[in-house]
Amino acid sequence: MSTVPVQAYLALALILFCIGLYGALTKRNTVIVLISIELMLNAVNINLVAFSKYGITPSITGQIFTLFVIAVAAAEVAVGIAILISLYRNKKSVNIDEMDAMKH
Amino acid sequence: MTFSGEFLAFMSLALVAVIGGVLLLNLTKVVHMVVALVFTFVSIAGIYVLLSAEFLAAVQILIYSGAITIIMLFGIMLTRHNDTSEPKTGRWRKLFLFVGVLGFAFAVYIGIYNLDLPSAPNDLHVNNTEQIGIELYSKFIIPFEVTSVLLLVALIGSVVLAKKDDEKEAEKE
Repeated sequence: MSTVPVQAYLALALILFCIGLYGALTKRNTVIVLISIELMLNAVNINLVAFSKYGITPSITGQIFTLFVIAVAAAEVAVGIAILISLYRNKKSVNIDEMDAMKH
Repeated sequence: MTFSGEFLAFMSLALVAVIGGVLLLNLTKVVHMVVALVFTFVSIAGIYVLLSAEFLAAVQILIYSGAITIIMLFGIMLTRHNDTSEPKTGRWRKLFLFVGVLGFAFAVYIGIYNLDLPSAPNDLHVNNTEQIGIELYSKFIIPFEVTSVLLLVALIGSVVLAKKDDEKEAEKE
């Protein structure tokens, strides 16, 4: 039926997830950390869509879940950038290892 | 394995996606990193098309390569961005993290490698958007409405957070 096995999609999602994880743990710029988290969410979305087509019981539900994940990710990015801007106003820095206080 | 068109499309899309991710890790300027990640997002949209999720591919292009990338670029440009980031993280810490992530990847890959799912016929590709709409409004109506509340909360919350509070500034001065 298909020439690309489901393992290939899962392996691609795993590679992207690991890149996002490594970036989120090592980068110092907060924007890059946020976007690495977006990359991890994207990898999870690939998994959901792959299982919605090649799972044991294929159904559209995986794609619905992916829509919800995308909506939540967009909300998270908006709030994250807002927090980043208000932190930058107080600390004059975007490095994540200098953001160690919840009050200024 | 035969080299069919689907296989070639998957391999090229996956290659572009992984190259975008690796560039994200290795470039030095933050704007370049974000632009590199646009390639990853677009090729993930192509992967969705291969997985017969055309509506999700359109949503991915609109939301990720459009909105989120632009928000990230605004976030970079509203803050200090001219310093090329790194390298104060410390080589040992990076090495440990790399080994840890590699171990995680290996552990998950063992689970993926032997996975053998019986493939069942499906009709996800016919009228994909209509199927999503019917499912969303018949089975997932309450989560759908809760999502609207979530988006409203995020909108108001980000406006309140990013607003310059003049009273505090006045008190400080």
